[in-house]
Amino acid sequence: MPRRKKLSRGVAIVGGGLTKLGLFKDRNSKDFFAEAYTEMVSSVDKGIDPKDIDAIYIGNFTNDFFVNQAHWGPIISDLVGHVPKPVTRTEGACASSALAFREGVFAIASGFYDIVLVGGLEQMSRRTTEEVAEGLGMAASPYEVAAGFTFPGVFGTMATAYFAKYGATREDLFNVTIKSHNNAPLNPKAQFPMTIRDFMNARIERCRQKGEPIPNWKDERDFLRDPVANPPIAWPMHLFDCCPISDGASCLLLVAEELAKKFTDDPIYVAGMGQGSGYSFHAKKDLTSFEATRAAAQEAYEMSGLKPEDIQFAEVHDCFSMAEIVHLEDLGFYKPGYGYKAVSEGATRLDGPKPINTSGGLKTKGHPVGATGVAQLYEVWVQLRGKAGKRQVPKPNLRVGAAHNLGGTGGTCTFTILERR
Amino acid sequence: MSDRPFNDHSYGQFLNEGKIMGSKCKKCGALALPPRPICVSCFGSQMEWVQFKGEGKLAAFTSIVVAPPPMAKEGFGRNNPYIVGVVELIEGAKMVARITGVDAKKPEQIKIGTALKAEFLQKGEGDSKQTSLAFKP
Repeated sequence: MPRRKKLSRGVAIVGGGLTKLGLFKDRNSKDFFAEAYTEMVSSVDKGIDPKDIDAIYIGNFTNDFFVNQAHWGPIISDLVGHVPKPVTRTEGACASSALAFREGVFAIASGFYDIVLVGGLEQMSRRTTEEVAEGLGMAASPYEVAAGFTFPGVFGTMATAYFAKYGATREDLFNVTIKSHNNAPLNPKAQFPMTIRDFMNARIERCRQKGEPIPNWKDERDFLRDPVANPPIAWPMHLFDCCPISDGASCLLLVAEELAKKFTDDPIYVAGMGQGSGYSFHAKKDLTSFEATRAAAQEAYEMSGLKPEDIQFAEVHDCFSMAEIVHLEDLGFYKPGYGYKAVSEGATRLDGPKPINTSGGLKTKGHPVGATGVAQLYEVWVQLRGKAGKRQVPKPNLRVGAAHNLGGTGGTCTFTILERR
Repeated sequence: MSDRPFNDHSYGQFLNEGKIMGSKCKKCGALALPPRPICVSCFGSQMEWVQFKGEGKLAAFTSIVVAPPPMAKEGFGRNNPYIVGVVELIEGAKMVARITGVDAKKPEQIKIGTALKAEFLQKGEGDSKQTSLAFKP
């Protein structure tokens, strides 16, 4: 039965915080959340009394496995002085905190709460790369895991299907990597604030210091072609197609629309919101698309009354270079088979017609999985308020931005459209 | 053909017996592999068993170089990558499986659409016997 989905009460974002992302072995999840929370409190233009926060929703994926500690809700409630008020942990793999955001919005829209803190956290640096791959693999389907798939393997598989269907090649994926790394140095919170050229220069300098032969790369693409500099992880996904392992936390302060101006003269409103679920590979009709993203996008466009062309910029879940291209098509920004062409033409650059992953994306900013959904929305919030500094989208009248978050091998996807009125 | 429940356990039992068995919805005829107790096409719950021939073609694949711990224990990794992929069976269902008999170190030479046949890989004995499927040209 079709009906228009809408919130019965509007919701606005009036504050936010995000840790500097990276690997921090001498700090833990509480330290990360405290950093994000402290920034959130100071970001509220007219101030927030933490006593007024009604409830907390916190996304976390795999701390149970990564640091052998579950039940993160009350740990965070205790950390920020919120006890005995309610806290709820959400889990949707790499989309865990996007689900926290949705729950927070629903809680306010229902009229039950007025002021809600939503966020996410993840601590991944205590484990080896292989253990992290195994931990994250818990979010793939049991059939994929049993066959020996890894996350990079899933997206590598998707890439071969995409290449065969549309004639793209590995070289086309380089454009995604180079574009995201061009945004990275402009984001002070990025884990790798370096362009590909910066990586090349660093490598050359290291060779020079060690007295090793100096690599002779013609350009960035030549560097990415070099199997020593850019080794395969799960062919055709190579190191520079894959996001890093990261620690970090994120949060956003949500309030009922009618209260927003008490906190800031520049609130950012939730215009559209959608979530979908998806099949794993063996049951997918189309190996080059995520049905969960398509469902989430449809719901968000329907709620907002907006169309793909109205989205002025977006963060999309670029856990792997191939994923970014698939999302651009599933979100309706480009027709199937045209995403890679748009990227190669520069359409998604910071100064292009549709800037994608202005933060540098998961690839360069970092991907603390449970914190990512809210971290993406944080970027959209910062951009819409015109506070993104050197990476500010150079468009007049920036009004509508969106974030797409993907969990597992596409089992959970969300799409959220924010607007400045 | 069998009164076993339409679930992963029965699927594994059949594999141990050397058979690839999926479900067919009695109402709409939709195939599922592994078997499903509920038809996702028509929501029917009356199923029958169908044996798959184990023939198909390669729909997509990857060569995994950084192996998860269980595969690393079998000796796979940086110097010994392995191939996994999606196989489209002639009956219409898809499967994810190991792909053997191809050179994992030269993935660029593997062609989508390659015809494949199932082989049964066995681990353990007696009650702990576990069979998985691999496909090879």
